Amino acid sequence: MKKTVATIAIIIICHAWSYSQLCMTRTGFIGFYSKTSLEDINAENNQVYSVIDAGKKNLAFSVLLKGFTFKKELMQQHFNENYVESDKYPKASFTGSFTEDLSLTTNGVYKITVKGNLTLHNITKPIEVPATLEVNDGKVKGSSEFKLKPEDFNISIPSIVRDKIENQITVHVKIDCNAAK
Amino acid sequence: MLLFAEALSAQDSSSLLKMLNDSMVVNTKPFYTRGTFKATRIINTQTVEAPAAGALSVIIQHRFGQLNSGSYNFFGLDNATLRLGLDYGITDRLAVGIGRCSLLKTYDGYVKYKLLRQTDGSNQMPVTISALGTINYLTFKPVAGPTGSDLTYTNLSTTERISYTTQLLIARKFSRNFSAQLTPTYLHYNHADSADKNNIFALAIGGRMKITKRMSINVEYNYLPSGQIASTTVHDSFSLGWDIETGGHVFQLVFSNSQSMLETQYIAKTAGSWGKGDIYFGFNISRNFNITKKAKSGPKI
Repeated sequence: MKKTVATIAIIIICHAWSYSQLCMTRTGFIGFYSKTSLEDINAENNQVYSVIDAGKKNLAFSVLLKGFTFKKELMQQHFNENYVESDKYPKASFTGSFTEDLSLTTNGVYKITVKGNLTLHNITKPIEVPATLEVNDGKVKGSSEFKLKPEDFNISIPSIVRDKIENQITVHVKIDCNAAK
Repeated sequence: MLLFAEALSAQDSSSLLKMLNDSMVVNTKPFYTRGTFKATRIINTQTVEAPAAGALSVIIQHRFGQLNSGSYNFFGLDNATLRLGLDYGITDRLAVGIGRCSLLKTYDGYVKYKLLRQTDGSNQMPVTISALGTINYLTFKPVAGPTGSDLTYTNLSTTERISYTTQLLIARKFSRNFSAQLTPTYLHYNHADSADKNNIFALAIGGRMKITKRMSINVEYNYLPSGQIASTTVHDSFSLGWDIETGGHVFQLVFSNSQSMLETQYIAKTAGSWGKGDIYFGFNISRNFNITKKAKSGPKI
């Protein structure tokens, strides 16, 4: 019985898979930047997990907040301990979809609009961001840039340092992946 | 059956996210634990924390006089002992520091090296261990005054003015709020009173409990096994502190029965007793500066 269930499950999954056109990476990039006259804050993470399903037109991102590196060690410590509380909420993630048609097997540059939910600091917010996908011989390059407000994610910034952090944080996302066969 | 498969394929991107998170569990290496303590001192005892590579920390440690010294001395506020110090991170594991403490006009220097680093998660490194070596040089030289003035310090040779501390700092961050540190200590005095030992062993235990994201209550206790100092009555050093962090500053309010902030002076030579009210109120303030080019500039966009 168990075997039958397993076989059926495999068939179902394979069937579902055949509709998919997946592109996955474990070394995607997310950086975020804030620039004020008092302080520049730059943080980068090169261990972003990302998957795009061109067939089903949806995608997902997941990243460990502890993986963000700041040049100033103290900022990194405050980011983890006081702002995003990475010990309680280790990940930020995004799930979303787009409506534009694209093929991972046809070369071209696709401008898409991604709609979905971003989860950070245990708060989930709907966001809509523009993105570019460039397909070149099975290699896919994706990028996006958008802004986020820390307060939208219940990240409180004490008034004493409020002027050192921009109200809107600029986020850059870049991924590089190969279309899975 | 096929309909069911269609339903599965039409499922939203949450299954993709689950796939990513499963992969993350398998592939992620553990991170080093950060922020075991807010400052480089629990109160007087050095913590496993040190400035990052290229960062300079200026520390001002200040102790007023004894609380029980009466209203004439404004309960100790008329008097002050001060240590000014600089801590610098050469690498993320190696730090050095220099300072001067007004008690016995003592200069000090230290080297601290992080031997092991605690990692997050189970089955990994459970503790952070640093080795600390300090050297103190007291320059106090009272001039001969009226009869009976103590010239002990005046007649010391240069070598006799030097003392050393070797400590192993063993710390663990048990939770986001609670960290503790065990500190086996070995002190060596080039000069000691004939009734005292030149080599002294002690054990310090200390910890912090965060009460908000940016504040914590700290406690430390230095146990000095008896029989090592006999020339005067000494007490174990016990201190309470309150850490307040604001941006690059850490401000620590301190209550201690020790007047000094140097290991060779507070561990084995604390004359004050909590029971009698020989309590010194004071504070530590540290301010962090990123001085090298690399430490200053962030990554380029």
